[in-house]
This record gives sequence, C-alpha cells and structure tokens, in this order.
Amino acid sequence: MIKPLRKSAVFAAFFSAAAAALAGLLLVHPIYVRSAFEERLEKHRSVTRTLGLTDPCLFTEARYTRHLSQADLHSAFQDHPLAMEHFPSGSMVLPPEHLVRPKPSGPKVKPR
Amino acid sequence: MTSSWFERQRGFLDYSLSCLWRRKGRNLSLIAVYSFVVFLISSVIFFTDALRREMENILEEAPEMIVQRTVGGRHSLIPVDYAEKMDAIRGVRSAEPRLWGYYFHQAASSNYTLMAPADFALPADRVKVGTGVLRTWGTIEEGRLYFRSRTGEPLILSIGEAFDGATELMTADLILMAEGPFRRIAGIPEGFATDIALRIRNPRECQVIAEKISYDFPDTRPILKEEIQRTYTSLFGWRSGYVVVLLAGALAAFLIFTWDKATGLSAEERAEIGILKGVGWDTSDILLMKFWEGAAISLTAFVLGVLAAYVHVFLASATLFEHALKGWAVLYPSFELRPTVDGFRLAVLLFLSVIPYTLVTIVPVWRTAITDPDTVMRQG
Repeated sequence: MIKPLRKSAVFAAFFSAAAAALAGLLLVHPIYVRSAFEERLEKHRSVTRTLGLTDPCLFTEARYTRHLSQADLHSAFQDHPLAMEHFPSGSMVLPPEHLVRPKPSGPKVKPR
Repeated sequence: MTSSWFERQRGFLDYSLSCLWRRKGRNLSLIAVYSFVVFLISSVIFFTDALRREMENILEEAPEMIVQRTVGGRHSLIPVDYAEKMDAIRGVRSAEPRLWGYYFHQAASSNYTLMAPADFALPADRVKVGTGVLRTWGTIEEGRLYFRSRTGEPLILSIGEAFDGATELMTADLILMAEGPFRRIAGIPEGFATDIALRIRNPRECQVIAEKISYDFPDTRPILKEEIQRTYTSLFGWRSGYVVVLLAGALAAFLIFTWDKATGLSAEERAEIGILKGVGWDTSDILLMKFWEGAAISLTAFVLGVLAAYVHVFLASATLFEHALKGWAVLYPSFELRPTVDGFRLAVLLFLSVIPYTLVTIVPVWRTAITDPDTVMRQG
C-alpha cells in the first residue's frame, strides 16, 4: 500500500520548486542574456556619443518632460504664473534636489 | 539529536499545514493578496533600479557640458560664435553648436524631437528616424513625411534610414535631418543654435570650466554631465508621486493583514488552542506551531511575489507601469531592461515582508495560550 505523502513533504517540494525558479531567474537569467544586453548597451552608448544626446525618450508629453535634464529649474510651472502641472509624468518625477533637501534651521527672528 | 529536533519541527509544520488547509479558502486568498503586495513593491524596486543603472551606463557618453543661453530666465537660442570662443578655453576639446527642437505633428497628436547633426550623412531631402516615429507618425506615404515649415509651407522629406530598434530608449522620437530643412521647420535663424555641447579633456576640470563660462558668458547656464546623470539616477526616488502612491497602497494593505492577525483569533482558533492545551501541548509548542503557520504563508507569498515581479519587469517589459510612464504621450519607447537585482534590497524586502507578519501571528496566540484551557474552550 502506498503511504500518503506528508503535508510537509508536499509543501517542501512546492516551495523548493518556486525558490529554485526564483534563484534560477535571479542568478542564471542575467548571465544568459548578458551578451545581448551588452550589445544593446553599446548601441545606446554609441548613438549617445555620436549625437551628443542628453536624455532618454521616456516622457514625450511636453518639452520639459522630454528633456528633463535640460529644462528650466521651475519648468513645470512655466506656461503662466500659478499654472498647475499639466502632465501625468510630473507625478512620476522626483522634485529637484534643492526642494526636497531639508532647509538648515537659521536663527529665528522675532517680529517687533 | 539533530534528527529528532528536525522530526519535531516537521511534525509541527505538518500540523500547521493541516490547519491552514482546513481553512483553505481564507488562507489561499490571503496568500494571493499578500503575494500581490510583495509583487507591487518588488516590481517598483526592480524597475527603478534597472532603469537607473541603464541611464548611468548610457549617459556616461553624454557631452561633458551643455551650455544654454537664457533670456528672461528661459532657455533661448545661442549665437554660434559663442562656440568658437568657448572652444578657445583651455581644457575644452571641442565646442559644437547643437541644432535641435521639437515638432508637434497634428495628425499623430505627438511631439517629436528634430535634430540636425553637423555631420549628417544623408542628402538634404532625406531624414533618419527612430522606430517610434515609424510607429506613430500616422501619415507616412511611400516613405515620405510631411512637415509644416515655420512659414506655413509644406515640406516633404523622405525616410532615408531608420535607427536600430534596439536603441529605442534613446532614439524612439528622433528625426535627424540636414541643417537647411531643420532651420526651415524649426525657424531657427542662421548664426544661432539651440545650445552648445562641450567635450572636455579632463572631467575633473568641468567645474572650473563651468565657472569660467558663467563668468565670461553671464547670459548662459552650463549644465554638467554629472547633473544630467544625477537627474536620472534620482528620477524615480521613493518620494516621487506615483511611487509613493503605490508604496502607500501596498503598505496599507500589508498593515490591514497584520492588524487583522494581531487583533485576535477567531472563536474556532481559540477553541483549537484550548483543546491543544487540554490534551497536553505546551505554550511553547503552540507558539512554534503558529510560527510555522505564519512562516509558511509569508515565505510562500514572498517567493511568489518576487518571482512574478521579476517576470513582469524583465521578461514582460514592465507592462503594468507603461500606462503610468506614458501619461498623455502618444509615443512611448519599447525597451527591455537589463536584469539586475540588488541582493541587499531583496534582503531588506524579505526582512520587512516576512518577519513582521510571522511575529505578529504569534502575539494573539500567545495571549490565548497562556489563559486557562478550560476558560478558553468555554469562551470559544
């Protein structure tokens, strides 16, 4: 008579299979596709070098999102004073460093 | 000794799995939602890390400095003779005026980037386009693109070449053309350029050269390669809007799970603990059994969530994020990210997702297990 498998054995088999698949993806897949990605990276670097490109083509909504590194410091609000941000990609992008850096606390001036 | 300890733990695991299986509907849905939370967080981490690395590597080749002219605080056209003067600064290898701009194509409702490189190899009536242009332009007839010049006249240019599809992340919306047609379309007069790209011999001199340019050309604004790279390395920080919303949602879902677990056990679970105590189980045995229960759920959810996130980001081109990145744009590049996973981040994720849940499942069990079994069974 065949002995039924213990639940721990079934769980161990399932967990090992999932963990092995994950380990395979994390450790083996990057090595397997490395040469293809090296080639692609070299193509990207070559076109960037030849044309002197500065920004990737991630957000093509507006000029200041297409070339984030070339935009004015307050470019999101440049269309008219107090204009709200128009484009959804504005919500993806981190504010400029000087805005998120905590301000040094200076001496407090008491009002007269 | 070791084998008896192992067998004992295995016995607890067997019992815990039997308990979980008895309430399989509830526990399987818990694993599904828990895995989804881990999937969301891991996807964001994998995607932003991979994109950041890609940008760091690609932008190594960007010009060391871009000099823009500003008028009234806004980017303005720069006289080409500035380039000759900047070329003469010691340490500058070359200063080349760049001609580029944007073109909004009505038929496609899309923005394209026009560029006229100095050494454009094709004839003046030909263009070289990115594969994103071929995909979205909409009115390509016999390989010809219709432009509207600055004066309102139509201008027809033929597609001479297309960029390699593998470079789409940088070239998807690019249209390269000769200087003549570019000036007609963009309306940039002779003697002016969009900005000036500087190549510098020693990168350590960039700061000094930037200061000299700011002093000699007070109407300009130098942008260093370091700043360009920094823009993209900090692009998708955890504080940026979409990521915060995503992480906050995932965190809230996770808190609801743990709160549900920590605030108490069902009457059935309490009665079960009372019976186990009644038949002679120690408090430590019950805690161990519940520990295995929590560990089995959280480890399974972690492995499944990370596995799904890896497949989503590196094998399925992060399709779930595409709509968010695309925003209102018509043109979005198709690109694959190089699979790289930071072990440290994964370890932090494991620590934050598995350990709190496992520990939190033990707390209410401990409270019930230290009560008199008779009282527990009567209450249950």
